[in-house]
Amino acid sequence: MQETNQKFISVRNLIKKFEGRIVLDNINFDIRQGEIFVIVGGSGSGKSTLLRTMTGAIKPDQGEVYYNGKDIHSLNEEEMDKFRKRFGMSFQNSALLDFLTVEENVSLPIYEHTRLDAKLIGIIAQMKLKLVGLHGFENFQVSQLSGGMRKRVGLARAIAMDPEIVFYDEPTAGLDPVVCAVVDQLILDLTKKLNLTSVVVTHNMESVFRIADRIAMLYKGKMLQVGTKDEIKNSKDPIIQQFIKGEIEGPIHLNEDVIKDSM
Amino acid sequence: MINFLENIGQSLKDWITVFVDITKLFFETVYWAVFGIFHHKPVNFKTVFEQMVYMGVQSVMIVFFVTFFTGVVIAMQLAPQFQKMGAVFYVSSMVSIAICRELGPVLTALVIAGRIGAAITAEVGSMKVNEQIEALETMGINPVRYLAVPKFLALLVMLPCLTVLGDASGMFGGYVVGTTSLHINPGMYIQTTFKFLSLKDIYTGVSKPFVFAAIISMVGIYQGFKTRGGAVGVGKATTTSVVTSFIFIIIADCVLTGIYFFVKF
Ligand SMILES: Nc1ncnc2c1ncn2[C@@H]1O[C@H](COP(=O)(O)OP(=O)(O)OP(=O)(O)O)[C@@H](O)[C@H]1O
Ligand SMILES: [Mg+2]
Repeated sequence: MQETNQKFISVRNLIKKFEGRIVLDNINFDIRQGEIFVIVGGSGSGKSTLLRTMTGAIKPDQGEVYYNGKDIHSLNEEEMDKFRKRFGMSFQNSALLDFLTVEENVSLPIYEHTRLDAKLIGIIAQMKLKLVGLHGFENFQVSQLSGGMRKRVGLARAIAMDPEIVFYDEPTAGLDPVVCAVVDQLILDLTKKLNLTSVVVTHNMESVFRIADRIAMLYKGKMLQVGTKDEIKNSKDPIIQQFIKGEIEGPIHLNEDVIKDSM
Repeated sequence: MINFLENIGQSLKDWITVFVDITKLFFETVYWAVFGIFHHKPVNFKTVFEQMVYMGVQSVMIVFFVTFFTGVVIAMQLAPQFQKMGAVFYVSSMVSIAICRELGPVLTALVIAGRIGAAITAEVGSMKVNEQIEALETMGINPVRYLAVPKFLALLVMLPCLTVLGDASGMFGGYVVGTTSLHINPGMYIQTTFKFLSLKDIYTGVSKPFVFAAIISMVGIYQGFKTRGGAVGVGKATTTSVVTSFIFIIIADCVLTGIYFFVKF
């Protein structure tokens, strides 16, 4: 492969607080062009918040998110809207528009951003739905779908515009193992064949090791380590070891979090 | 005591903030409604039309019901006074003036604020708490352009139409009472109705709903965008939306009536 851009996306000194509580604590990392960058971490560790600051949905209290050297949070609203056409995002809770049908949801970004004719848009939408295995559900209402199906429609919508960068917030949570593997393969194919850059948040360690080029471990708002699969597997950090093995004994205590949160 | 004054000051400040924010939203909506064309994204008329059907056509019955019985009640309330003076047929002109100038526009607006304003907030608010608004933004779709503009335009067209209907059915209510229990000659009733109704009554009455429509849709959408905290939050936002609309409608009515009263056209 040709020379890849080592600092395609750079997150610098990112701090985000919610009502005085620090959720992202001085985060720094780089994402390379064309890689699958996986962010793992416990529930409530700030993964979704990190993605949302990266897409510009929420403003950080401090720090920058650079795309090819350009800080997304320095853009005005109109520039941001233009910038975001290069993004696709699949949301943790799907976030489909529930007054539209499945096909309308997928074609919405194409319809809004291009001047293609309606028939062509329909064909593109159907193609994307086929990719996520939802061929034949085009005219269903969102409310008629199961949670996993919604997730897949959200995935189809995320890739509808053929984005350069796709953000996936737990794309495989709530899917059965087979569909889960299919979605992992889809992420791999898209990234490697179309040379996209993928940022994936997940809990599922199996899919992490299936798809990741590099892994970042987030723990209570701090970035513990960024590294390749092997580096993470062989990490000396007991928190990381406990997390990837899913053990009860170790430095991570469930109750500790709860007590701190309620203070 | 100081605490009390502080509270009043605080809530006054809150109301002013709300007012300023809603005004901003209004200008943004108008901007997108008018200049959307230059962004290659003119208003989606199919959506506007759907909204018009939902807001207008389906509100016909309730508007008719409320204004008709208001007309009936006014006629019955006024009748004894005019009977004493032996000029019972004046009931018709009084009913029509009360309805066309004031009650038709205001009652229709209040009914629609309760029905449509609440529905707008509930819809937009649940989109907000389900992150659908955020999804729109992330796709680079401006939520004001996509959600607010069609609702705003639809109500701007439909509320004046509903008001005309409300005026007519209110006067019809008076007519029913007048010609049956008051035994006024139907021809005479209609003649007196229009004799005292000036053109000014009509156009002041019909210009108000444009302002009310803007208030209802903007307050509804604003409260929707501001919603947080799940289903409970949506419920609260809906209530706040209706109350805020009511207050702004009454204030606007007072201001507009003042303008019409003092300014000679
Ligand atoms: N809008 C908000 N207002 C206040 N606090 C918030 C908000 N969003 C997130 N938080 C807090 O930020 C922390 C991180 O939340 P986030 O959703 O990023 O976690 P997560 O890592 O995605 O968790 P999960 O794996 O369960 O999705 C949580 O403690 C949460 O309470
Ligand atoms: Mg999350």
